[in-house]
Parts: sequence; structure tokens; C-alpha cells
Amino acid sequence: MTERSGSESGPAHKTMEIGMALLIGAFGLVVIFGSLKAGINWGAEGPRAGFFPFYVGAAIVGASAINLWHARRDDDGRLFAEWGQLRQVMSVVVPTAIYVGSMPFIGLYIASMVFIAWFMRWLGGYRWLTVIAVAVGMPVVTYLVFERWFLVPLPKGPFEEWLGL
Amino acid sequence: MEELANLFHGFAVALQPYNIMLMIIGITLGVIIGVLPGLGGANGVAILLPLTFSMPPTSAIIMLSCIYWGALFGGAITSILFNIPGEPWSVATTFDGYPMAQQGKPGEALTAAFTSSFVGALFAVIMITLVAPLVAGFALRFGPAEKFAVYFLAFCSFVGLSKEPPFKTIAAMMMGFALAAVGLDSITGQLRLTFGVTELLNGFDFLIAVIGLFGIGEILLTMEEGLAFRGGNASINLRVVLQTWRELPTYWMTSLRSCLIGCWMGVTPAGATPASFMSYGIAKRLARRGNNFGKGEIEGVIAPETAAHAAGTSALLPMLSLGVPGSPTAAVLLGGLLIWGLQPGPMLFVEQKEFVWGLIASMYLGNLAGLIVVLTCVPLFAAILRVPFGIIAPLILVLCAIGAYSVHNSTFDVMLMLVFGVLGYLLKKCNYPLAPLVLAIVLGDKAEEAFRQSLLGSQGSLGVFFSNGLVSTIMALGLVALFWSAIQEGYSRLRMSMA
Repeated sequence: MTERSGSESGPAHKTMEIGMALLIGAFGLVVIFGSLKAGINWGAEGPRAGFFPFYVGAAIVGASAINLWHARRDDDGRLFAEWGQLRQVMSVVVPTAIYVGSMPFIGLYIASMVFIAWFMRWLGGYRWLTVIAVAVGMPVVTYLVFERWFLVPLPKGPFEEWLGL
Repeated sequence: MEELANLFHGFAVALQPYNIMLMIIGITLGVIIGVLPGLGGANGVAILLPLTFSMPPTSAIIMLSCIYWGALFGGAITSILFNIPGEPWSVATTFDGYPMAQQGKPGEALTAAFTSSFVGALFAVIMITLVAPLVAGFALRFGPAEKFAVYFLAFCSFVGLSKEPPFKTIAAMMMGFALAAVGLDSITGQLRLTFGVTELLNGFDFLIAVIGLFGIGEILLTMEEGLAFRGGNASINLRVVLQTWRELPTYWMTSLRSCLIGCWMGVTPAGATPASFMSYGIAKRLARRGNNFGKGEIEGVIAPETAAHAAGTSALLPMLSLGVPGSPTAAVLLGGLLIWGLQPGPMLFVEQKEFVWGLIASMYLGNLAGLIVVLTCVPLFAAILRVPFGIIAPLILVLCAIGAYSVHNSTFDVMLMLVFGVLGYLLKKCNYPLAPLVLAIVLGDKAEEAFRQSLLGSQGSLGVFFSNGLVSTIMALGLVALFWSAIQEGYSRLRMSMA
């Protein structure tokens, strides 16, 4: 990355392209493997369950091979993203993963409150008053709109049970 | 003349007070969705789809399609005022819209954009009204081979017409087909590709994929840019609107051309985004003041907006008449039909007259309502935009989670949504198109069924796809579309060597 003028560095676009082509190719192999298990030949009922996915998997592997070849050949020295940018992205992905992962245990409402508050306080840098207003307000509005008005149940945890909702 | 009577009946359905209320709600929600980053038309409709499960299908589709119109309108607001395209199809609108706003003419630019959107949509709706029943009537005679040929054509057009590299398009599309194949095989009832994971018994739901790929992925892309956001001012008054309306008819040629480009690109599943770029490019080449394009030329706003809206609307033609959606949002609407218990395709026109014509009538009324709402409420929507991303982003993420959960009441789906989100971010960064992936997830099962039924009929010979004039023609068109970029390259090389 010597030709870049900026001081920031990051993973090369080429590396990510190659990684992506390999990842998709590997997915294609999994599909082929799964299709072989389901049977790709003709049975009494006509083409068996793996018949169509087998060719789909083969097409994925083929297209990925060509994409891989292209990715290795062209190198424009571009960055995929700067490390700082990736850190920004990860600062959303990781808490969202925790948020999503905790939902089965503590329910959607409490998880959402914590998640919104965390996001606004640490990434947005808002005053606690604003943070609490939005973090509590949004789940309450959600409850009214979804559960009361449209009768769509959302996951609840021990706290909601204790409240008797 | 039976169609005309049906259409009037449709108007009667759409004009019921309850449906008009849903229409206004839909448009308003749609504009908000179009204005906010990370909440696109497809994703917005997908999140709100579960709310409509309890409504009658006609009311549900009226509301959802109005969200779609609203999103189409809303994209223009951010492009013109903030130089931030709220939707990919409004990127071309920024080229001349933003300079116009900078020169103190935001009102003119917005009026031109909204009016052009309306004109484009109206043109497309009239085309749907006239053509859709004919196409559907024709398609009633289709057997499995013809059905597969139509799917084949639709997917090949993606490869030939998208601006992404063809093999990336193929890779993305085939991933969609593979994801669609997971779970219970609809013909043999056998399980496949689940690898013993019970959550995968029913396969991947495309709504989860849409919310993840388009919603979460978009938020991650926006995060990369940081949280900074510049505000702008918007004012629009009646005098400016009327003045701009007086000026617009002089550009009728550009409008008409953009309508035609939009309809063509919308029916073939290329979508609104390439349509807007293509229309802008052609207008730039043909306009008298083409050299001024990019510096704030009103024609440069008219062309992409008309085409984008015409394409967005006409994408519903193949969805209604053939069951093949022309855009990701149309695909989500098609998913809605299946959930409400309607079978999309030509039989809709026979069995669900009230539904089809109610929807078509609501397209006329919805777009008119949309025009009025956006013209009167621009300052309000611009104010929403000034709510900082640090507040909007977590709210959108929570909304996406709620939407993903309520599809099947499953927390596993919410985790899946996040996986799709990260995947969407990576795919987008690496220039893989997302639309064919989503369409393949939606249509995978149907395409496979048609393929296998055709082969059953022919004892496994691929000749069935060229067995009569109709199916051969569709297949041949598909092959041309598939190799379109190669054909173009060959042609230009031939011309180079001739010269």
C-alpha cells in the first residue's frame, strides 16, 4: 500500500476479493456435498432432491473460480476500508451480535433498551437524559404498536413476566 | 371493455375510507423509509409485512405498495437537499438536483423531481392497466417448460444488464438458489442441505435475507462513513410549484423517453437504478443544454426521476401477470401474496379480480396521494433527516430485529438476519449485486419445480425447452441476455477491426 497518500492503512481490496471468492466457492462445495447426500440421479419419482441444487452448487464453484482468477489478476492497490472504518463497523456488529444473542433469554424489550442506550451513549455521545428518553420510549411505543394495535407478539423475558404483560 | 369495468370496480375498492387511510399511512411511512439511510423500499416493506398478516389482502397490498411509492418519492428529497441518495435509484438525481439546491432553487428541483416521478409512475400504471391482462391471458397457456423459460429469461437479464461483473452476478444469484433449496424438497418431501440443523427444516426465509442484506448491510456501510451529517434547509411554496409546472411541459420529449426507458428496464428485472442512470446518460447526450448537465439543469432531474419511478412501478407488471417480480421490493410484495394465501401469476386475474384491480386502482390513487403528500410535507421530512444518525441507527437496528422476529416468531431468524447483514456488507463492498440473490431466494423453489416438472414430462431430455416456438423464443431471448455483454464486446471489436 505504498502508493497511498493517506496515513491510514487497512486490508487491501484484493485480499478481501480473494477471500470472498474462496468463501463463496466453499459454500458451493458444501451445496454440492449436501446434494450428493440427498441424491442427484433419477429415482422412481423423477429427478431426486439433490438434482437441481447439485448444478447450482457446481455453478457457484465455477463462477467463484473465475472471480478468484479475476481478483488475483487485477490489483489496483485500493484499500477495502481503513482500519478506523472497520473499527466503526465492528463497533456496531459486536454489540448487535450481543443484542441478538441475548434476546432469547431476556426478551426483546429489555435487550432493545440496553442496546439503544449503549449505542447512543458510547457511539453518539448523548446526554443521559436524551439517552434514557429514547431507550425507554422506543420499546414502549413498539409494545403499544405491535402487541396492542396489530397483535403481533414479540419475545419477552422474566422482567415482562414479572410485570404481568 | 371488461377491463374498464373491472378497473372502475377496483377504484370503488381502493376508495373505501379504510383503504384511503392505509394509503396515506403507507405513503407517509414510505417517504420516511426512503429518507432514512438503512431503510430502503424492500427492507421497509419486509419489516412491515408481518403487521399486515391480519388485514384483508387487498388492504394489505394497498398499504405495502403505497410504502413502496412513498420510498420512491422519498429518495429524491435527500438527494436534492443533502446530496445523499436515500435510495440507490436516486443517485442520478443528485447530479443535477443538488447543484440546483445549492444555487437556491431547491423548490424547483423538488417540484420537478416529484412531478416527474408522478408522470413516470402514471405512464407505467397505464401500461400495466392495458398490458397486464393481455400478458396474463397469454401466460395462462404456459406449461412448466414455458414457466421455467420465463424464469430463465428473468435471471439471464440480470447477468446481461447489471453493471456488476457477470460472474459475480451469477455467483450471487446461485447462492440465492442454493439457499432456496435448503429444507424440505417440495416435490419428493425429502430433507436436503440441512446437515441435521432442525432450524433449517423450513429453509431460509427471503424476508430475513432482505432485512439483513439491505437493512443491516446498509447501516454497516453508513457506519463506515462515520456519524457526521450535514443539514440543509428546504422550503417549497405554491408559487414555485406552479412556476415549475409551467416550465415542465417544454421537456415532454425527455419525459416520454425516460418513461419508455423506465418501463422497459422495469419489466425486464433490471430495476429502477440502472434505468435512472441510463435515462440520465441518454438525456445528457441528446439535450440541447447537455453540456450543462451536472451543473444544475432541471432536465437532469426530470430524466432520472421519471425513469426510476416508471421502472419501479412497471416492475409490478411481471409480478402480477407472470409471478416473476421485477425488483427486490416487488419480490417482497410477491412474498406477501404467498403469505396472504394468494398464488401469484396469471390465475390472479381470473380468481382474484377484486384484489388485482383494487391494487391497480390504488396505484393511480396512491401516486396522486403521494405527490400531494410530498409536495406539502417536504419541510417535515427534511426535519426527520436532521435527527442525527447516532439516534436513528440503533432504532433502525431494533426495527430490523423486530421485523425479522415477527416473520416466524423465531429468535433464530434474528441471528440469521445479522449473519445476512454482515454478508450483505461484504458482498456490497466486493461489488456483488444483492438483487439477484434475493430474487433467487424468492423464486428458487418455483423455478426448480418448473424445471423438474418439464424434465419429468420429457423423460430427462433438455430438448423440452426448445420443443415449440414459444418456449424456444423465450429461451433464445434468455441466452441472448445471458451473453449480452460478450455479444456487445464482440460487436465493438468487430467494428474496431473493420475501421
